[in-house]
Amino acid sequence: MEVTKIENVTRVFKIGKVETQALRGVNLSIENGEFTALVGPSGSGKTTLLQLIGCLDQPTSGQVYINGKDVSKLNRNQRADMRRGTIGFIFQFFALIPTLTAYENIEMPLLLVGESPKKRKERVTELLEAVELTDRAHHRPDQLSGGQQQRVAVARALAARPSLILADEPTANLDTPNGKQVMETMTRLNQETGVTFVFATHDPRVIQYARRVITLRDGVVIENHAEKPEV
Amino acid sequence: MIQIIKMAFRDLGRNRRRSFFSSLALGIGLALMLLMAAFIEGEVNSAMDTTIRLKSGHLQIRSKNYEESKTSLKWEDLVENPDQIAGQIASLDPVLAATPRLFATGIVSVRDESTGVSVYGIDPLSEANAPYRMGLLQGDFLSSEDREGILIGQPLADKLQVEVGDKISLSVNTSNGDVDEQLFTIRGIYSTQTNAFDNATVLLPISKAQAITKTENHASTIFILLKDKDQTDAVVTALQASNLDVLTWTKMNELIIQTEEMANSYMVLFYLIVLAITATVIVNTLVMAVFERTREIGILSSIGMKSRHIMAMFLAESSLLAVGGIIMGLILGILAVSYFARVGFFVGNMGLTMLFGNTIYTELTVADTIEITVIAFIITLLAGFYPALIASRMEPVQALRGGK
Repeated sequence: MEVTKIENVTRVFKIGKVETQALRGVNLSIENGEFTALVGPSGSGKTTLLQLIGCLDQPTSGQVYINGKDVSKLNRNQRADMRRGTIGFIFQFFALIPTLTAYENIEMPLLLVGESPKKRKERVTELLEAVELTDRAHHRPDQLSGGQQQRVAVARALAARPSLILADEPTANLDTPNGKQVMETMTRLNQETGVTFVFATHDPRVIQYARRVITLRDGVVIENHAEKPEV
Repeated sequence: MIQIIKMAFRDLGRNRRRSFFSSLALGIGLALMLLMAAFIEGEVNSAMDTTIRLKSGHLQIRSKNYEESKTSLKWEDLVENPDQIAGQIASLDPVLAATPRLFATGIVSVRDESTGVSVYGIDPLSEANAPYRMGLLQGDFLSSEDREGILIGQPLADKLQVEVGDKISLSVNTSNGDVDEQLFTIRGIYSTQTNAFDNATVLLPISKAQAITKTENHASTIFILLKDKDQTDAVVTALQASNLDVLTWTKMNELIIQTEEMANSYMVLFYLIVLAITATVIVNTLVMAVFERTREIGILSSIGMKSRHIMAMFLAESSLLAVGGIIMGLILGILAVSYFARVGFFVGNMGLTMLFGNTIYTELTVADTIEITVIAFIITLLAGFYPALIASRMEPVQALRGGK
């Protein structure tokens, strides 16, 4: 079963009178349970592609399907509905809400899907264990290390049991041990829960965790390996 | 919803000083509005109380022909046998005092100074004249039999540079249209703490006033004070049978009521100015907060928060700022109002013909407090709409890039 399918997608940004073609006709299909890396140099279109799959943005032309549904023409609120509960995000910067504790950050998507307090508590406790941060539950982001913050972000992305998690350079701001721990957590959760992960990166240490690597250059897919290539 | 309020509260706590000063701006604005409303209320009540006490009473009985503006002294314009009528009215239960008064216009002169005055002929024994008796600063009060004594107000005494025992000349109009002049001895100097009255009113025993104006057994009016002014209508009904005019304090003091209405419409303008300033402070604070937190708005949006929830979060912040400001404003405002209710604002002679006390004591009504507080709250919420709208309209992709 495909989690997402992309057909002839282009994305053109206009800044003043200058048009930039970020994606120039991308075709792609990602199956349930994949652990896939989007690789390519800066400006190759990785982030733009993740934003289109994540319903944060709309393609200039072409179709994006999530779980079989065409999301290319949805309005702002419909896209918010689609994101909530279906897609989880992990960003390059540690995108936690600074005024909320680790526990409350993880709880936020559950509040948005209207989960009961009892179920929220169970789920947050379970996720804090899964990312090995139970003892940091009531710390605010500024009391956590970068790696811990990014693990909270992973837990938050998983909270509402989405079918797809999109991570944009999740280890770019981490040192090697912390980056390794985040990637190992993601790998383990992919294997344990079967949730699909797609992550953009150009870090070879991260690419080695992927079971499939899609390479972008200048807005087109130039390689699409079903199996992990040699790094 | 609780989570939204919790987040809003913590977000305000991120920049405590800024949030505090924004709330304080609203608080000071609210306190100023409360003080202003209390001042106007105190001023109008003072004008009304003073006028009732000194000039109009709660009720007056006059001849149907009497024209107040002309201070007519013709017999047909006056009340005949006033003592008898006053005695009958005084026996009514709700009536505190009823006393005849004769009003005339005149000129007092001493050396080469002279000035126009109102001459009040009063019954020195009546309880209704207590404000003059109590206000005696020097000398003695009038006695009914006194044929040469006069009381003058302190500002007038100062202006004419006269003291108790000095002689002054008083010319008055008489009932037949002549002018009569006589020398009087100042028995006492009074102050009712009301400049406009004290500056232009001299008091004589009514019998002497009747003699000099040749009005014999007549008075301009029967001045009536009630035990409770809410009983005015009941007493009016009881007095209606006579062929004289019965005037109520509301009818006689329409000018004060109109002045209050005018003051209230000026107040609306004042409120708008104050609230426009505080609303600008609130808008500024929240717009800054929106731009500082652009990326967070992007994150919340990317995890599926709808525009209306993002809007609700910023509206919750403006509500919390409003609540904080209102609490501070009520504390500051009530403290200031209580201080001036005790100490008073000294306004002195405002150069108005309306009778104000020289000192205005603030009076804050519950209705004014509620009205002003609700207006301040609503305006602050409205001010919060603009930043909330900016936040809710952000595209997640741009917001995640920090709005660039």
